[in-house]
Amino acid sequence: MNASPMSTIAVIGAGPAGLRAAEVLVAQGKSVALIDEAEFAGGQIYRQPPTALARPATLLYGAQADRAQDIHALGRDLAGKLDYRRATSVWHAQPGRLELLHAGKVASLDYARIVLATGATDRAMPFAGWTLPGVFTLGGAQVALKYQGCVVGKRVLFTGSGPLLYLVAYQYAKAGAKVVAVHDSATFAAQARHAPGMLALPRMLARGLYYVAWLRAHGIPVRYGMTPRRAVGDARVQGLISVGFDGREREDACDAVATGFGLRSENQIADLLGCDFVFDPVNSSWNPAKDAAGRSSVAEVYLAGDGSGIGGADQAELEGERAAWALLEDAGRVVPARRIGALDASLARSRRFRKAIDQAFALPALKRFDLSDEVLLCRCEAIRVGEVRQAVRDAGITELNRLKALTRVGMGRCQGRMCSPGAACVLAEAAGMPLGQVGRIRAQPPIKPVPLAACAEDMVHVPTHDQASMAPIPTGPGRHLTNTVGGQS
Amino acid sequence: MSEIHTEVAIIGAGLIGGSAALALARAGVSVALIERGVAGACASGVNFGGVRRQGRAPDQLTLAARAHELWPQLPTLIGIDGEYVRSGHMKLARTSSDLAKLSAYRDRVAGFGLELEIVEGAEFRRRFPYFGTEVIGGSLCPEDGQANPRLVAPAFARAAQRAGAKVLEQCNLIAFSHEGDAFVLKSADGRVIRASVLVNAAGAWGARIAAAFGDEVPMRVKHPTMAVTEPLPQVTAVSIGIEGGGFYARQVARGNVVMGGGFGESVGEDVCRPGRGPMEALGRNAPAILPALAHASIIRYWSGVEGYFDDKNPVLGHSTRQPGLIHAFGFSGAGFQISPAVGEVVADFARGRNTPLIDPIVFSPTRFSLSSAGSA
Repeated sequence: MNASPMSTIAVIGAGPAGLRAAEVLVAQGKSVALIDEAEFAGGQIYRQPPTALARPATLLYGAQADRAQDIHALGRDLAGKLDYRRATSVWHAQPGRLELLHAGKVASLDYARIVLATGATDRAMPFAGWTLPGVFTLGGAQVALKYQGCVVGKRVLFTGSGPLLYLVAYQYAKAGAKVVAVHDSATFAAQARHAPGMLALPRMLARGLYYVAWLRAHGIPVRYGMTPRRAVGDARVQGLISVGFDGREREDACDAVATGFGLRSENQIADLLGCDFVFDPVNSSWNPAKDAAGRSSVAEVYLAGDGSGIGGADQAELEGERAAWALLEDAGRVVPARRIGALDASLARSRRFRKAIDQAFALPALKRFDLSDEVLLCRCEAIRVGEVRQAVRDAGITELNRLKALTRVGMGRCQGRMCSPGAACVLAEAAGMPLGQVGRIRAQPPIKPVPLAACAEDMVHVPTHDQASMAPIPTGPGRHLTNTVGGQS
Repeated sequence: MSEIHTEVAIIGAGLIGGSAALALARAGVSVALIERGVAGACASGVNFGGVRRQGRAPDQLTLAARAHELWPQLPTLIGIDGEYVRSGHMKLARTSSDLAKLSAYRDRVAGFGLELEIVEGAEFRRRFPYFGTEVIGGSLCPEDGQANPRLVAPAFARAAQRAGAKVLEQCNLIAFSHEGDAFVLKSADGRVIRASVLVNAAGAWGARIAAAFGDEVPMRVKHPTMAVTEPLPQVTAVSIGIEGGGFYARQVARGNVVMGGGFGESVGEDVCRPGRGPMEALGRNAPAILPALAHASIIRYWSGVEGYFDDKNPVLGHSTRQPGLIHAFGFSGAGFQISPAVGEVVADFARGRNTPLIDPIVFSPTRFSLSSAGSA
């Protein structure tokens, strides 16, 4: 059942961080199992389209085409040198053992040490109408373009904050979509104030400035200090009402909205494995604690890339390699001091840059969204902002897991992966507490939904009372059950 | 250092402690409800949520009958209905010998108003077409049902607070003693509580507190594994158990099917995780009993920490070693339904009264030393 030797090092995620970690570990003769949810290596940032939709790298990845091709080549190269589990998700983790799901079947994998390079998703914030068809996350809009070769609308408005906002708007405009406008919730003043910090990586700063200049040169309005208030439309989004820092509202017609407020780390495995977490007040997020090399608070667990705090793709590559060296050093290997010194210096520069980015594109204060009680907060369980405020008043809730228990926020299919940033903000505001003091939703298995019947196969059977007589039912034409998530409000 | 004086101190703000505090506060007794974490967040808040009399030993059925009267009164008692519904509870049979056991049980409890009905054969298939061929019939208790423990458990503590009880959350007790004529409890953060009567409603941690006062009981701590699906169209109208145990399920109004069976493992002192074995067993048993679940996805597995006795009865009554100490713990995975009535029993004991609801001998902490096969 566990085809892995006890010395196996598990690397979770085949994006920039995971691949660089695996590269070092394999080169040093370690037995590595690389587990990735996607069919092809690259992670979200360098996601590869299915073979039938292949397009030139420069078209797909723009200025990052070289890096993307390097990463893809590395993925191909490593494939024959390690135990590569493609299209496989980790749905549960316990010390020394992972539970995997692949093609509808579960399996276990034992490991000695583990590198978590689990990446990130968009940080979505709720606003009126954010669940209307036609409203996408920035990452979702980018995936549509990169993976499926299509755009989410003909006239797309980009709203939110962070570097991805400009990048995706740029990619859409290049692909021929009409970009109605780019609305950045951060002010120009904040961005200018933190630009000196971004000089830590002048080329990255230049790239960001280039996107903005390009958008402006092509007649696309870039508006600062604009927060989304309401997506309007009946069956589908037809426009977005935004509010400026001066309090004035404006409405822009569009047939799609792409929104995101930075990224959100996928850190559930670190949580299940018992890693300590710390609150980052600059990025307004909880991240697993790690040292500069990527060691977590748990001896066998190493952290790299956006899954343990947002640093971007280039930093992820550095962190992946650095974490692998830390692991090897802890395992008693002699490691190359000069190479590690260079990595540490690059990482320090990159983290200075990232801190300036986080400051420049800070998560807007919740009052900027002016959420009414009717706004949907938790999509899976159809819980509205007002229900949360009422529960906080009635039961004196001060902690996010308690909120979950009493209101079902974060209790549905996504297990809070999507709604918890917004829910934490609403709870903090309603309880009159700082965001960092309302906690975070504890990870519970499965990390993503797992077919009930899949668990019946390939797992050790421990009889409880009298289940020995239970034979599996004959398989026949299956009754497909409709998923009604989010449709019952 | 603050010192709190109260007539009755209750350790554990789960369902038992909360309902005892509510009953005492309503009777005008000064009461402090002490909780290490937050009220109703341990086993009381994460249990399966079956509100079931069927299957209990006759010794518990007077208590269960009183609770059966109280459940529909939750809106008045605690301010919410707790999603309580009398969906009916079906105890399933796989074999004719299982059915015979269910019939025997029906006859044995005939005087307690459960109105059990044995359903089998063609009628069973007609009335309950959603059950798989693994099961051949069952015993239906039409007025048993289900509720949402996440909501009910904390609501008892809140209602007690509104009725005048002092609720002390995040109050981790590190010392228990009896000095002069009072119990003295000390918390890690320096609080001191003095009380004439002490109620031990500490659930899975109850045996530890009992031992501190010299009452040794053979309680075992176990971790039931439970799971919930995504919302589904109707899969079952009744709450489900099965003769011999090992599987139970119910479907909530929103459509999610909550189920459980088997026991998980402990990870460290007070942390538990659902077990792989039970996950596998659920994966086979659930679709066999309810074929509509063959393609369902689980969105969450979880577990809780519960105290069990071999005779499946709790320890509920006065300590024989420490005057003024009342135990109410170890409900052996079946405390949810009876908890509103247990609060009344504890309140009667704490006020020096007798209760008509239980035979104190059956639930006594000393019963284990009386039987030869008692201690584990």
